[in-house]
Amino acid sequence: MSRSIGTGDARKTKAWLVCLVLAGISFVVIVLGLNTGTIRIPPLRVLDTLFGGGSGRDQMVLFEYRLPRIVVTVLAGAGLGAAGAVMQGLSRNALADPGVLGLHAGAALGLVMFVSFFRDLEGSSALLIPLFTFTGGIVAAVLIVLLSYNRSRGIVPVRLILSGIGVASGLSAITLYWSLRLDEDTYAFTARWLAGSVWGRDWVHAAALLPWIIIVLPYVLSQTRSLNNLSLGDETAAGIGTNVKRQRLLLLGAAVALSSASVSMAGGIGFIGLIAPHLARRLVGPMYQHLLPVACFVGVVILVVSDTIGRSLFQPNAIPAGVVVAVVGAPYFLFLLSRTK
Amino acid sequence: MRLKGRTDEHAVSSEGTASDASSLTRPMLRAGRIRQILLFIASAVLLALSMFAAISLGAKDLTLSTVWAAVFHYDRSLMTHQIIHELRLPRVLGAAVIGAALAVAGSLIQGITRNPLGDTGVLGINAGAMFVVAVSFAFFPNLPYGTLIVLSFLGALMSTLLVFGLGASAPGGLTPMRLTVSGAVTAALLGSMTSGIAIYFDLSQDLAFWYAGGVAGIKWSQLEILAPILLIVIVWSMGLARSISLISMGDEVALNLGINLKRIRLLGLLTVVVLAGLSVSAAGAISFVGLVIPHIARKLIGVDYRQIVPLSALLGAVLLVLADLGARMANPPEELAIGIMVSFIGVPFFLFLARKERRDL
Repeated sequence: MSRSIGTGDARKTKAWLVCLVLAGISFVVIVLGLNTGTIRIPPLRVLDTLFGGGSGRDQMVLFEYRLPRIVVTVLAGAGLGAAGAVMQGLSRNALADPGVLGLHAGAALGLVMFVSFFRDLEGSSALLIPLFTFTGGIVAAVLIVLLSYNRSRGIVPVRLILSGIGVASGLSAITLYWSLRLDEDTYAFTARWLAGSVWGRDWVHAAALLPWIIIVLPYVLSQTRSLNNLSLGDETAAGIGTNVKRQRLLLLGAAVALSSASVSMAGGIGFIGLIAPHLARRLVGPMYQHLLPVACFVGVVILVVSDTIGRSLFQPNAIPAGVVVAVVGAPYFLFLLSRTK
Repeated sequence: MRLKGRTDEHAVSSEGTASDASSLTRPMLRAGRIRQILLFIASAVLLALSMFAAISLGAKDLTLSTVWAAVFHYDRSLMTHQIIHELRLPRVLGAAVIGAALAVAGSLIQGITRNPLGDTGVLGINAGAMFVVAVSFAFFPNLPYGTLIVLSFLGALMSTLLVFGLGASAPGGLTPMRLTVSGAVTAALLGSMTSGIAIYFDLSQDLAFWYAGGVAGIKWSQLEILAPILLIVIVWSMGLARSISLISMGDEVALNLGINLKRIRLLGLLTVVVLAGLSVSAAGAISFVGLVIPHIARKLIGVDYRQIVPLSALLGAVLLVLADLGARMANPPEELAIGIMVSFIGVPFFLFLARKERRDL
């Protein structure tokens, strides 16, 4: 609608600018992330190595260890940011987030199932991990939608959040039950995963995550018009000509795919899906064609920074990125909650 | 519409608020009174039976007469008596006291906030206690149990202040919905920080049972501190129950009857914090006991908290004793975490209640 009111162009220009700036910031934090670790490589040498130069040692550290991890972090950050934005639009609830709504608990269950069946996290079976977490996420989503559905009112927002909390607790109990039956190493891995530790650090992990993001993210970006319409309310959306039920189902599936695939490699990280869209909305306004790409970039920045902080600040041990995100994100969420009517 | 919303605010599970309200002021019908007395007797018998079952069943099954003898005529030279006296008895008594404490805490919270989904786990109170316990494990690993209790209580107090302060400072005030969400997020934050500490200091093993909850490790020395305080506080909450019944019917009703709302709310919350903090210090974070039991009690006995609180105490004790027994028996010789056992019972119930939630954000 704003496109017809004149300010649309100004908004568009601003959105482009914001995207450019955020892309610049993302680039900087990525280079900083590549530079940080037990073996430090100066930023300029990082760039040099990336474009073919550098010593053999630099190349090995960068291409074999740092780069795949950063790729996973970037993809997961973008996926989580976009998933949160889509969920908030669908539920017309500014507090919606894949983690709060219990999708991550479903993904966690999927991961524990995978671990107990395959046990091999490095080989080609790693490609299947996102499929397992996606299945878990879908199960959680179906449960939550069924529980919050009302024949006359559709999905009732308050029930969505309450059943999300309940489903999350139930699935976590099952996950805990399963993970306690695993051997010690696998249990330790699961515990770290649950806390939101970016564990995908091989190229195969990046490869497992990549198709989910490069297929689903463009689809979501192409649906910004539907998201705009849906966020106006069901009746208005139907009036404009949106097939509300079908679009909501498709977009919900896409959001589950994005978040489940992301957490499969980056661990059960909450709050990015909540914060990123909020910041994006403050920066570029509520139109999804602007909001969605900005939310992706914000997600990337948050996750790369959190992972780098968690890795470097607490050496020799590492703090999972999810803990860093929660320590920053939860107070922000509570702040928002105390401000919203 | 608004008025109706007020009266049925907490009575999601009980129909006919008007008649319930009058049952507080009008003399009880004789039949109702007898039914109540029978309910209490039945619950007490159930508790006694489940405690006896929990003492006699286990890795070594013991006969009823041995259990009886071990409890009432303890003979130190007998192995079976020692098993019962040193291992089973503190465990079962601990489960009973903690179950009662959690259930009473839940019923008080539900009454004070008029929120049928209130629970010390859901509202992040347990997570606060957990967090402080984790911190003290990391930095002061050899604290005596008494100090740990105090710290755990302070942690519960901290998160309670946070959740209720945030909820109350928002425009529109402390709605049940906002309380639930800010509680869940606070629980997530503190839980995340707890696991961060556990991972960083390599405490996962030590903290595992705090996470999942368990009464296996309770010793007589702990029970001697814990049980008297909890029992006194439970009795004290029965004294609060009359005022809480009135609060649960709405602010106007309570004000008209001359209740000091702020004072009762504060006292009630403090009571909840003591109950939750002590329980967590002994058994870890056990969610859903405080959610499920008061609902069952309310279904059985009506909306008067003078009856809900004591019945919750009895039934909470039964649930935790049985859950602990189930956790021991499910897959011997391994023990299942008691929190999982309780969740498997509690979560479907929570979802059923959330399904009936009619209010909006």
